[in-house]
Amino acid sequence: MIVAKYISWFRDIGLDDRPKVGGKGGSLGELHRAGINVPAGFVVRTEAFEGFVDVLEQRSPLRARVEGLAADDLEGMGAVSRELRRRIEDAPLPADLQQEIREAYGRLGELRLPPAVAVRSSATTEDAADASFAGLQDTYLWVVQADSVMRKIRSCWASLYSLESLSYRRRRGIAESTVAMAVVVQTMVDARTAGVMFTRSPISGDRSVITIEGAWGLGSALVSGEVTPDRWVVSKITGEISVREISDKAIRHARSPVGGVEELPVEEPLRREPCLSDAELESLRAIGRQIERHYGRPQDIEWAIDRHTQQILLLQSRPETVWSNKDSQTAATRVSDPLLQVMNIFGGQR
Amino acid sequence: MNAQLKPREFPLPSSVKVISGTEGAQAAYPYHIQFSKADDQKFWFYNSMHFPEPMSAFDMVTAEAAYCALGASNTRVHCLPTTLGIDHRIINGRVYIGGNAVTDPKEIVRRTAEFQKRAFYYYQNWESLYAHWKQKMLKLIEDAKAMPDPALPEFEPLEHVHAGRGIASNHDLLVTYQKTLEGYFRMWHHHFEFLLLGYGAYLTFFGFCKKAFPEITDQTIARMVAGIDAEIFRPDDELRRLARCAVELEVDAHFREGASVDDVMRSLRAAGEPGRRWLEELQTSRDPWFNINVGDGFYHYHRSWNDDLSMPFSAIPGYARSVRAGEPLDRQVERLRVERSQLIADYRELLANEEERAAYDQMIALAHRVFPYVEGHKFYCEHWYTNLFFNKIRSFGAMLAAHGFFANAEDVFHLTHYELEAAIIDLMNAWSSGSEPRGPAYWPPIVAERKAAINEWARHETPPALGPIPDVIDDPAIVMLWGITRESLDNWLSAGAATDSNEVRGFAASSGVVEGIARIVKSVEEISRLQQGDILVCRVTNPTWTPIFQKIRAAVSDIGGSMSHAAIVAREYGLPAVVGTGNATSKIKDGQRIRVDGGRGIVTLLH
Repeated sequence: MIVAKYISWFRDIGLDDRPKVGGKGGSLGELHRAGINVPAGFVVRTEAFEGFVDVLEQRSPLRARVEGLAADDLEGMGAVSRELRRRIEDAPLPADLQQEIREAYGRLGELRLPPAVAVRSSATTEDAADASFAGLQDTYLWVVQADSVMRKIRSCWASLYSLESLSYRRRRGIAESTVAMAVVVQTMVDARTAGVMFTRSPISGDRSVITIEGAWGLGSALVSGEVTPDRWVVSKITGEISVREISDKAIRHARSPVGGVEELPVEEPLRREPCLSDAELESLRAIGRQIERHYGRPQDIEWAIDRHTQQILLLQSRPETVWSNKDSQTAATRVSDPLLQVMNIFGGQR
Repeated sequence: MNAQLKPREFPLPSSVKVISGTEGAQAAYPYHIQFSKADDQKFWFYNSMHFPEPMSAFDMVTAEAAYCALGASNTRVHCLPTTLGIDHRIINGRVYIGGNAVTDPKEIVRRTAEFQKRAFYYYQNWESLYAHWKQKMLKLIEDAKAMPDPALPEFEPLEHVHAGRGIASNHDLLVTYQKTLEGYFRMWHHHFEFLLLGYGAYLTFFGFCKKAFPEITDQTIARMVAGIDAEIFRPDDELRRLARCAVELEVDAHFREGASVDDVMRSLRAAGEPGRRWLEELQTSRDPWFNINVGDGFYHYHRSWNDDLSMPFSAIPGYARSVRAGEPLDRQVERLRVERSQLIADYRELLANEEERAAYDQMIALAHRVFPYVEGHKFYCEHWYTNLFFNKIRSFGAMLAAHGFFANAEDVFHLTHYELEAAIIDLMNAWSSGSEPRGPAYWPPIVAERKAAINEWARHETPPALGPIPDVIDDPAIVMLWGITRESLDNWLSAGAATDSNEVRGFAASSGVVEGIARIVKSVEEISRLQQGDILVCRVTNPTWTPIFQKIRAAVSDIGGSMSHAAIVAREYGLPAVVGTGNATSKIKDGQRIRVDGGRGIVTLLH
């Protein structure tokens, strides 16, 4: 076997590798290392992107075209965006990179045939707790065949040159030489149930509860807001379930036989039944707690349950940002005489 | 009731009428607890937590003595900064109470200074003051036990005469009665000596937890604070011990299902040495641990295990079977202790910073310090002592019944304590003058009228509150003891709109979800109707009922909070429980299928 120049498997990377594997890739590697089940996969590292862009640069300038744009020149930006995206999407990958991707993709196929994968951009600035670049890059689901995978990798790279991305970078004056993108290629989970989990209440900021939301089928139905998920609030410490909201889940997303994702109706009575058992909620709680402990801070987590194995798989975990920025309020502080604490009750609240 | 027309306020006290035909019974209560026009200015609520049933004339002594002591502690002893005591009134047998808040900021400052000199001294010296309290309480109990049963001999005993005693036996009646009454008032002072301070320290920690962890459940906080070897568990522990003894002595077969207490006792006495030894063990457990009442001790008919052994005996076969099957029977005290420490440590770890952790440590240390009293006082005061008290009054009832005052001894509880003293003096005079007492002609129709009134009152709903609604309920005593907030008042006002819902809501007391058959158990006599796997639906439970938790799948009660007996024991047994529903026993039908969600505090009626 040749030593991979452009590819890293999840088991070999962690958060420290983020400059080369991006936020998403680093996080998946870190979860794998922490003993959490994540769908098998690899990262096409930033070196691949840089090598590919260098080849394009030799033919005609690329980075300089972007840096020459004024932040408010939307018309010019649109033209450059269209031109650069086309150049990236049309150019073939270097031969050695092609070979590595074919081989790695083939190894995913040992698990299930034909291997359907997600191809997800993993930007080096994305998912960092401080700067949210999320949502500006693309994710492609249910991609089958190595050629398609490579096409989608180029599409991910090209998304760095979307109008939104260019305008974002120009407004912030980000140097193009620092811009790079890794791409995650990861086995798709044919999900019976999928959803999200917050290891801190999104409503009250309570750190002692885990909020779990889930719906039937693939997580895309929930993330896109096409279905109201079931919702549970579980005590992080005791596992008590204090809230159970079972909603009417009229549709689900499923893998389409013709490729991609299709929307299907959910039949009665399943649509009004909880999409997770109490035992699964308990497993999710344990996983959420483990991940939070590993990172030392509350997390937003995406998960799915495999339709065939009923195994819980973690798709993504990132630090919770909304409440951690408001954390300055302290519930109470030490007082010189501990007895003065009772004045909170006896002193009146006027 | 139409949802759009829900009342915005509660009726004024003056608008609540005495139910027709019960005016005589209403007039029996003393003048100072009858509503007057001036009471319309004030907010009152029905104390259904402590007095869920119409009060007989005698039982009002509990309200009188308790509020006398509670108010003294708040107003004069510890000087709570923002509240004085509680006024009480009675109408149609229902006890309404209203707090007296302190609102003048200057006065609050003045009282705060006093409070810190008094209450803080108690907190600082809690253990020694509590040890002293137990001595006082045990002395009071000893004194009550030492009091003779009332009796009037035909002739004064010769030894009294020869000893130059100088007072006759009729005077002893008055002494015993007045001491009995005095002891009851004194007991309530002891009861409140620490109580508000204890609840306050607990609620300080509770309030902090709710702020730091807005979605934490009440029951989790309760578990962090609750004691593990509190007196409340002792009676049930004693039953397990007795079941183990019965198996060891091989007398457990005498506890047949359905056998009466007398049958069991007879067959044990006939069982030779092992039977005798088991009965000795029973005696050890009975004094004092069977002095627990089937209610919370506020009514004369809350009898104790000692008065009726059928409850403890009915639990022994189940425990004995577990012993025979080699199942662990004892409470895993050490395991519970470890779990509690872990729970406290786990929440501590989640706090935002070291400042919060330091405050948390201070507050939970204080809560743990005060809690043995909060949990322990009930056994001594509300069970052991009230049991002695009502039984002593019962013995006066028996004596008066023997002299023709009543048809039976229990009728004595339809006289106020003032009237009872008059009846006793009537008998004292008759005994001394050699005439017939007047009571036999006077009391029976009055007792009959009052019995009828109690039955009539029980058939009528009473408003949950009266008078103008305060903008904010900021009285720590009211919030602490009754859990009443502005929010709960709003719920009461809108309760009429929700009467056709098939849900009953209460406090989430112990989590878990189960479905099953509801068994409505309104009194201890009905407990035998419970089948294995039923869901218990009751007015209120207390330590007497603990043994039946081995039989049931879930518990629902009308009355109680997250620290109530049903809640504590359900958590101990790992059963779902919803408590303090207000009306579960009237809304749920016996035999109905229900779902109990103890984590959310919701009971769903399935059909």
